[in-house]
Amino acid sequence: MLTDSTADRARAPTFLEEVIAQTPGDPRLEMCIQCGTCGGSCPSGPDMDYTPRALFAMIKAGMKDAVLRSNTPWFCVSCYYCMVRCPQEVHITDLMYTLKRMAVQEGLYHESSASTAPEFSGTFIDYVENYGRSFELGLATRYHLRHNPMGAVKMATSLGLGMLRKGRMDLNPKRIKGIKQLQAILEKAKALGGAV
Amino acid sequence: MMYGYYPGCSLEKNAIAYHQSMMAVARKLNLEFAEIDDWNCCGATEYFSLELLPAYALVSRNLALAQNQLKNGRQLVAPCSACFVNLLKTDRYMARSPELARQVNEALAAGGLHYEPGSVEVRHLLDIIINDVGYEAVARQVVKPLYNLRVAPYYGCLTVRPGLEKSFDNPEYPTSLDRLLDTLGAEVVDFPLKAHCCGGHMTQISEDTALEMIRRLLKNAADYEADVIVTVCPMCQLNLDAYQDSVNKKFGTRYRIPVLYFTQLMGLAFGLRPVELGFGKEFVSPTLALAKIGAEPPPRPSKKARPSRDALPMPEMPEEE
Ligand code: SF4
Ligand code: SF4
Repeated sequence: MLTDSTADRARAPTFLEEVIAQTPGDPRLEMCIQCGTCGGSCPSGPDMDYTPRALFAMIKAGMKDAVLRSNTPWFCVSCYYCMVRCPQEVHITDLMYTLKRMAVQEGLYHESSASTAPEFSGTFIDYVENYGRSFELGLATRYHLRHNPMGAVKMATSLGLGMLRKGRMDLNPKRIKGIKQLQAILEKAKALGGAV
Repeated sequence: MMYGYYPGCSLEKNAIAYHQSMMAVARKLNLEFAEIDDWNCCGATEYFSLELLPAYALVSRNLALAQNQLKNGRQLVAPCSACFVNLLKTDRYMARSPELARQVNEALAAGGLHYEPGSVEVRHLLDIIINDVGYEAVARQVVKPLYNLRVAPYYGCLTVRPGLEKSFDNPEYPTSLDRLLDTLGAEVVDFPLKAHCCGGHMTQISEDTALEMIRRLLKNAADYEADVIVTVCPMCQLNLDAYQDSVNKKFGTRYRIPVLYFTQLMGLAFGLRPVELGFGKEFVSPTLALAKIGAEPPPRPSKKARPSRDALPMPEMPEEE
């Protein structure tokens, strides 16, 4: 079928545009001058598939698959070091969060070497949505039991027991009084989706 | 001076020592911290990783509660650096982006709440001690100076970042905690990695990456012969303290550097007893270091009766949908 001129103009957004649209405020991604300050400052840079700088070049080049399959966003520990140093004030940390969300939406994170990270976040969120508080013991055991049973045993017998013995871990999660209110707020937020 | 207090999940339990020492020191300094009623988790880094609007809505429920519960000044103190950044960032981003503010408020309205960006001022505990109390007022309370104690001031990453606004200290090479510890009489060592990240939740994602990040910090403090590392964040305390053993096993090192909260050292210098300051919950014992300043931590719980593996109770699970 021939495309008419209206459809031509209404082309699909580029990957760059998608990433920008899904990041709050103006992340200034198109201002990146490829100086490399971010990668050079990043504490987990050496373990990333691509440095943040390289990743941003790949976003501009439309390499959506490679970007969303990489471990880079998941290895970002949100320390904001790059963000205070970037000469162009690119909101690097926020962009990493956006890429994590997109990788999950597109189901592409499974292939990265950080493939368990989203489940960890998911377990964390489950507790928050059900109780209003995070819960370290449940988080650690539930996540590890699902993904790393040996890790769960290790955790439970060394660090976990130490935490319990020292009174640094609760046995049961606490639930806030306004959990219904919180759930209503979160449900509404999910329904609104979020081009912000 | 009265502040709203957002403890965050860590200070409830894992970092209870931070809460106790903060409250003990506050009494000495005439600071009043009123806990925000029914606050919820700030979402740490996890919520923002999977959700966008819900993450901001989650954080802003706390801001809305603070706005409603606080009367004058509406200052909100967050001692956890991760909570601090999430609260501050949500307020600032809502102020900058009317569209974000509108959507967040539409979500909040489902719970009968509303938040006006800018109406609550979010501050880190260190900022309040340094700028509202001030070094001189702190100095006046010092009755047992921490002479001879070599301390590495550790800010971690989030305390002085993310440069959203003018931060209360230099984001790359902060010095406020250095000066505070100096005021307490301690010998402040140079600590080049003082504003580097502790790894946060990376311990759960890639232990190798996390342990390397922790190792670097411990080595840096050890190179400068610090007796203790002083932190202002529960995540930093947990990572450097609880994982020190794992670092030693992995790298064949023998670090034994206690990791204490700055409020615990303030309390000691103010003449408070270690038991009032939450001592005794550390993985790396501070006994040797505290002996240098003539303080004795409370006895550690006895190690006998090691529970069997089955003794770890299973946590309650949230109902799966
Ligand atoms: S520091 Fe900023 S400008 Fe430089 S490469 Fe990184 S994002 Fe681009
Ligand atoms: S915020 Fe993320 S990408 Fe930036 S320096 Fe820290 S870990 Fe690296």
